[in-house]
Amino acid sequence: MSTATANTTYNYKVVRQFAIMTVVWGIVGMTMGVLIAAQLVWPALNFDTAWFSFGRLRPLHTNAVIFAFGGCALFATSYYVVQRTCQTRLISDGLASFTFWGWQAVIVAAAITLPMGLTSSKEYAELEWPIDILIAVVWISYAIVFLGTVKNRKTSHIYVGNWFYMAFIITVAVLHIVNSISMPVTLWKSYSAYPGVVDAMVQWWYGHNAVGFFLTAGFLGMMYYFVPKQAERPIYSYRLSIVHFWALIATYMWAGGHHLHYSALPDWTQSVGMVMSLILLAPSWGGMINGMMTLSGAWHKLRTDPVLRFLVVSLSFYGMSTFEGPMMAIKTVNALSHNTDWTIGHVHAGALGWVAMISIGAVYHMIPKLFGKAQMYSVSLINTHFWLATIGTVLYICAMWVNGILQGLMWRAVNEDGTLTYSFVEALEASHPGYFVRFLGGVFFVTGMLLMAYNVWQTVRAGSTVAKAENPDPSAATA
Amino acid sequence: MSAFWSAWITVITLAVIIGCTWLLLATRKSEKYKETTEATTGHEFDGIEELDNPLPRWWFQLFIGTVIFSLGYLALYPGLGNFKGLLGWTSANQWEEEVAHAEEVYKPVFAKYASLSIEELNQPGNEAGLKMGQRMFANNCSVCHGTGGQGAYGFPNLTDKDWLYGGDPQTIMTTLINGRRGAMPAWGAVLGEDGVRDVTNYVLSISGNEHDAAAAERGQTQYNTLCAACHMPTGKGMAALGAPNLTDDVWLYGGKFEQIAHTIRAGRAGVMPAQKDLLSEDKIKLIAAYVYSLSNN
Repeated sequence: MSTATANTTYNYKVVRQFAIMTVVWGIVGMTMGVLIAAQLVWPALNFDTAWFSFGRLRPLHTNAVIFAFGGCALFATSYYVVQRTCQTRLISDGLASFTFWGWQAVIVAAAITLPMGLTSSKEYAELEWPIDILIAVVWISYAIVFLGTVKNRKTSHIYVGNWFYMAFIITVAVLHIVNSISMPVTLWKSYSAYPGVVDAMVQWWYGHNAVGFFLTAGFLGMMYYFVPKQAERPIYSYRLSIVHFWALIATYMWAGGHHLHYSALPDWTQSVGMVMSLILLAPSWGGMINGMMTLSGAWHKLRTDPVLRFLVVSLSFYGMSTFEGPMMAIKTVNALSHNTDWTIGHVHAGALGWVAMISIGAVYHMIPKLFGKAQMYSVSLINTHFWLATIGTVLYICAMWVNGILQGLMWRAVNEDGTLTYSFVEALEASHPGYFVRFLGGVFFVTGMLLMAYNVWQTVRAGSTVAKAENPDPSAATA
Repeated sequence: MSAFWSAWITVITLAVIIGCTWLLLATRKSEKYKETTEATTGHEFDGIEELDNPLPRWWFQLFIGTVIFSLGYLALYPGLGNFKGLLGWTSANQWEEEVAHAEEVYKPVFAKYASLSIEELNQPGNEAGLKMGQRMFANNCSVCHGTGGQGAYGFPNLTDKDWLYGGDPQTIMTTLINGRRGAMPAWGAVLGEDGVRDVTNYVLSISGNEHDAAAAERGQTQYNTLCAACHMPTGKGMAALGAPNLTDDVWLYGGKFEQIAHTIRAGRAGVMPAQKDLLSEDKIKLIAAYVYSLSNN
């Protein structure tokens, strides 16, 4: 491989910054998740304090894991991948640095305003208008840096990973700006520009595409670089990547209506949302197949390389949750699953199993190369992290499946006189054991993240004390 | 919606589905290799190459399968703009059918009890009816009044003998059917802070609580002018208006000094929602019988 020589010409500073913050915000966001999971098991942990209550910390958790952890992982990997696959430096170090500091400012502003109860009340878009404007400015700067760098490429083609990153960056800009249009009343209070059911549809058009473009397309971009790189195998099928890329971005746009089944949304919109979600199954799986089949001829590496294991298991969870999603979008299934913990489980199959695992794998791949080390401080700690993350995810998902189906069945059970068999509180009581298992799963996952932080810290620190004496060879795999 | 928007939706929806299908078929048609090989496209990015393998057959079939299902669904159900779908299904008529079905199935169950009065329902032998009332109470009422009817802050306890509007069967029925609106006016502006303190002390005195006797004496004058019209000169309240008895030390909004002072200063607005549009009279009667049983059995 011919990667070692290029190191000096790339802007790795911003990649290093985002990569380290990925780990930091991962721990913060996931700890917040464990805390609110604990509040659902032991409600006394609200401490009767408004700013510490579930209602305010839940959006802080989702914003921290999606936009702080996931966002930093996407910034770090996209800046890393675009430079290496286009063989050119980022077009502007200043603008890249602005995206780093701007994004951190957004995260800190979120961490302050959400516990204060300042919210637009739109799920995954809770931040109030001044922060929304900052996000838009940072995001457009990001688009300029990324697209400009792709334009400057020294290669004739644009690598498939970069298609996905570009689709993610452009679409998220459109989604964020359109959904956040509002009328400010005061500095920290605004009202959505859209009325009633239109607002709901715009919100879920945004909400589902936050999943589709932020959490899927962006991370597929990541997958397309780090899986073949870590496995040292070619991508399985270029043709498959073309079809699944275009089909994925064309159909995801339409799927949001399935969040509003059996609501005031017109019937036609619900139907279109449902069929587009079903058609989405094959395009989603195209990415999983392309990643998995890339390993053919390299399966044996899974035995020794825990980084590759993170990447491959993330693809399994991706495949599983993109099967589950279209199923849950079917009206009759949705009638059972809607508003239950099944939805939460589905989201976390994607968030923990797919998004977090692939990001963790990518960070483990990048850290030694970014800091000029041969490999991570401890490969066995990566292995321990892998098992903690996998067990944590499985505990979480299974607990929510059981709870979700239990709740769905209890809510619709009727007596011979047509009255509901169970009151809401009875279904809640029955969910209690599942909430504890979910909390346990979260503890496993966060423990793994703490090991990662230690491992990364030791790797980085060794880099500064041992200095350049070891003549780092970045092409050496961590295997 | 207008013909334009209907056409807009139809064209774009079909264009996306057909466009994806076309790309799928065209890519498959142009495949260079029909089997998995090690041949690459010739592209190379940071050491990553891409193989020129065909689309997996099972994946291709899965894709086509979802497209066929979707087109079939859009033919049968509303989706393409104003086109209603061949089945004529709407979510509204599905709901109406389910309600009609439930009426038909469950009506006889409730009709059994239609001829019995609330007192008769509380006689031995009708436990099944009371049990249904209890379930409907759990489904519809417990969110405010608690699962056992014990009430909560701002929501009356239904298990004691203390009634705002009266606890006889007919009054309970009236409360359930039409709902109630408890309106305690705000007296802060009229009384001033000193007046609020005096009247609060008076209210504490007639309920047998610790109070400042001098302030209570001053408060009594104010009470007789402003409060006695509803709460009566004795403080025993008036069921016709739902004005609470202030002498029994049972409090809807708390009996501490500051809680009573707040009630006097800012007023209260209690709402019991009317059930007549939500539940049939047969059902309401069973709920009333259950509520009656809470304080009478």
